[in-house]
Amino acid sequence: MSTLAHEHDHHHAPSGLKRWIFSTNHKDIGTLYLIFALMMFFIGGAMAMIIRAELFQPGLQFVDPQFYNSMVTVHALIMIFGAVMPAGVGLANWMIPLMIGAPDMALPRMNNMSFWILPFGFALLISTLFMNGGGPAGGWTMYPPLVLQLNDAFPFLIFTVHILGVSSIMGAINIIATVFNMRAPGMTLMKMPLFVWTWVITAFLLIASLPVLAGAVTMLLTDKYFGTSFFSAAGGGDPVLFQHIFWFFGHPEVYILALPAFGIVSTIIPTFARKPLFGYASMVYATASIAILSFFVWAHHMFTVGMPIKGELFFMYATMLIAVPTGVKVFNWMATMWKGAMTFEAPMLFSIAFVILFTIGGFSGLMLGITPVDFQYHDTYFVVAHFHYVLLTGAVFSLMAAAYYWLPKWTGYMYDEKLAKIHFWLSAIASNVLFFPQHFLGLAGMPRRIPDYNIQFADFNMISSIGGFAYGISQLLFVYIVIKCALGGKKAKAQAWEGAKGLEWTVPSPAPFHTFETPPKLTKAMLEN
Amino acid sequence: MAKKQGDIKKTTTTLFFVTILMFGFGYAMVPLYDTFCQITGLNGKTQRVIETKGEEVVVSNREVRILFDANVNGDLPWRLKPTIKAIKVQPGKFYDATYSVTNMSNEAVVGQAIPSVSPQIASLYFKKSECFCFVNQLLEPGETKDMLVRFEVDRDLPEDVGALTLSYTFFRAKGDNS
Repeated sequence: MSTLAHEHDHHHAPSGLKRWIFSTNHKDIGTLYLIFALMMFFIGGAMAMIIRAELFQPGLQFVDPQFYNSMVTVHALIMIFGAVMPAGVGLANWMIPLMIGAPDMALPRMNNMSFWILPFGFALLISTLFMNGGGPAGGWTMYPPLVLQLNDAFPFLIFTVHILGVSSIMGAINIIATVFNMRAPGMTLMKMPLFVWTWVITAFLLIASLPVLAGAVTMLLTDKYFGTSFFSAAGGGDPVLFQHIFWFFGHPEVYILALPAFGIVSTIIPTFARKPLFGYASMVYATASIAILSFFVWAHHMFTVGMPIKGELFFMYATMLIAVPTGVKVFNWMATMWKGAMTFEAPMLFSIAFVILFTIGGFSGLMLGITPVDFQYHDTYFVVAHFHYVLLTGAVFSLMAAAYYWLPKWTGYMYDEKLAKIHFWLSAIASNVLFFPQHFLGLAGMPRRIPDYNIQFADFNMISSIGGFAYGISQLLFVYIVIKCALGGKKAKAQAWEGAKGLEWTVPSPAPFHTFETPPKLTKAMLEN
Repeated sequence: MAKKQGDIKKTTTTLFFVTILMFGFGYAMVPLYDTFCQITGLNGKTQRVIETKGEEVVVSNREVRILFDANVNGDLPWRLKPTIKAIKVQPGKFYDATYSVTNMSNEAVVGQAIPSVSPQIASLYFKKSECFCFVNQLLEPGETKDMLVRFEVDRDLPEDVGALTLSYTFFRAKGDNS
C-alpha cells in the first residue's frame, strides 16, 4: 500500500485547523463533508422557512416577490448541491474505504481539493443575495431567457455551478478509482456491500451528466456576454434547446441524489431485520438499469413545451419503465423485512419511513409521467409535493438513517436512542403535514414559485406551513443529538449493532485514524451479503 | 504495489477523458437538436426554396387557410402587423403577403424577424422563396416599411391540416446596441 500508507507512517496528523485544511485522510474529509452538508441543510432550511412563512396566508406578508423567488431558487440549489450531494459524498468518503478494506481513498489530495472548493462555490452563490438586482430568482433550472435578465448575480451563479460540478466530478472519479483498484483481496465486485455499488453507479452518473450541465451553463454565459446565440431566438437559437440539455443532466441528477439513499437503506434494513438482503444481485442490476434508463427520460420534465406526439409517447413509456427496477428494489426491501427478527432503532425507523414515503413520491412521479395528465400537473404544487417526497422523506431521511447508523462508528459512542426516536417521529409526522396537503393544492391548480395565492388555497397552505415550521425546528434536535453523541455517552462496541455485517464493524469504534493499512483477511462470513 | 498506483492513474485518466467527452457532448447536442428539428419540423422553423420559373406547376384543388400573426420582442421599439389577416391558398402555387413594420423610436434600429409555423408538422411543407426574415432589417427613426414574404404550401401537406398560422416575431438583431 506503498506510497499512501508509507506517507502516513511518517507524518503525524497535524492538529488544530491545519489538520482539517490540509487533510488527506478519508475519515477527516468525510467528516468535513458531513458537517458542511449539515450547515447547508440549515441555511437552505432557513430559506424554506421564509418561503413557508410567506405562504402561511394569502397576500404578501414578509418579503417582496423578487426576494421570494430568489429564496425558492437558492433553496433548491443549496439543498441539492450543498446538502444532499455533499452528505452523500461524505458518507462515501467515510464508509467506502472501510467497507472494501482499503487504507484510504485512491486520490487523497484530490479528495482534499474536491471538498475545499465547495465552501468557495457556496460563498459565491450566497453572496449574490446581497448584490445589485438580487440573487438568482428564475428557478434552479436556470431557463433562458429569464435567467439572462439577472444582473450582477449572473456570472456568480454560473461559476457556482462550475465549481460545484468540478468538485462533484473529482469526488466521483475518486470513488470509482478507489472501488476499482483498492478492494481487499477476495472482495469481488459482486461481493461488495450494496452501498458501495450504488455509489459507484452514482459516480458514473455524475461523470456522465455534470459535464453536460457545465456545457449548458457555459452556453448561457457566452450567450449573455460573448454574443453567441445558443438559446437566443433572435440569433437563430432556441430557448427550448436549453431545457433539453439541462434535463439531460437534470434527470440523472435526481438519481444521483436517490441511488446512495437506496444503498443506505439496503445496508440498514438487513441489519435490523437480522436477515441478509433479499435479492442482492437483482438490487445491483436494478440500480444499474435505473441509472441507464435515467438518460432516456429527460423530456418528461418538459412535456408541455410542444413536442411531437411520438416524442411524448416515447418519454412517457420510458419513464414508466423506470418504475420496474424501482419496484424490484421496494419489493426486495419488503422481502428482507419479511419474517425478520426486527427491532426498531432510529436508523431502522428512518429506513422504513424511507421505503414507505419514497414509494409515495414514486407513485406521484408516475402520475406526473403520464403525458396527458402532466399538462394539468405541470408547474403546480403537485410537482413540489412529488419531489419533496422523494428528496426530503426519501434522500434526507436515508441520510438521517445513515447518520444514526454510523455515528457509533464515527464517534465511538452510542447516540441517545430516546431522543433519536423523538426526532424520528417529529420528522415523520411534520414532513407529511408539510408536503401531503401540497398534493391537493397542486391538483386544485396552485402554481409553484409564486408568493401569493388565491384565497381557496389558504387552509392547506396554513397546514403545510405549520408542518414546515415543525419539521424545521425538530431538525435542531438532530444537531443536539449529534453533538451530545460526539461528546460522550455509552461506549460503542466495534460491532455497534447486533445484526450488522460488513468490514466497517471489524475495526474499533471510533474508527482509528488509519485503518486497513494491510488489507484485511476476508472470511466467508464477512462476504455474505 | 506500484502496480496499484499505476492502475489508479489509468482509471483516473480514463475518467478524466470521459468527463471532457461529456462536456463536448453537451455542445454536440446543439447541432443534433437542429438536425432533429429540421427533420421533424419540431420548432416550427419554415423551409427555404428557390422558385423555379417557367416550369409547369401542378396545383392542387385543395384550399388551405393561412393566418398571419405578428409579435415584437419587448426589447424592440417597433410595431409589426400583417397587411391582411388571412388568405386562402392552393397548395403548389406561390403567393405574396406583406407585413407592415414601423420604427416607433427616435433612432435607427436593426431588427431580425424569426418565423414560426403552427401546427409544427405543417412547417415542413411551408416553403418560402423570399422573405424579409432572410436578412436583418434596418429601420430609420419613425420609418414604416412594407415587407414581403413569398411562399407556397407544398402539395404533400397532410390532409388533416386545413389551416396554418405563419407567425413572425421581430427581435433586436444580435450585435445591434443602438
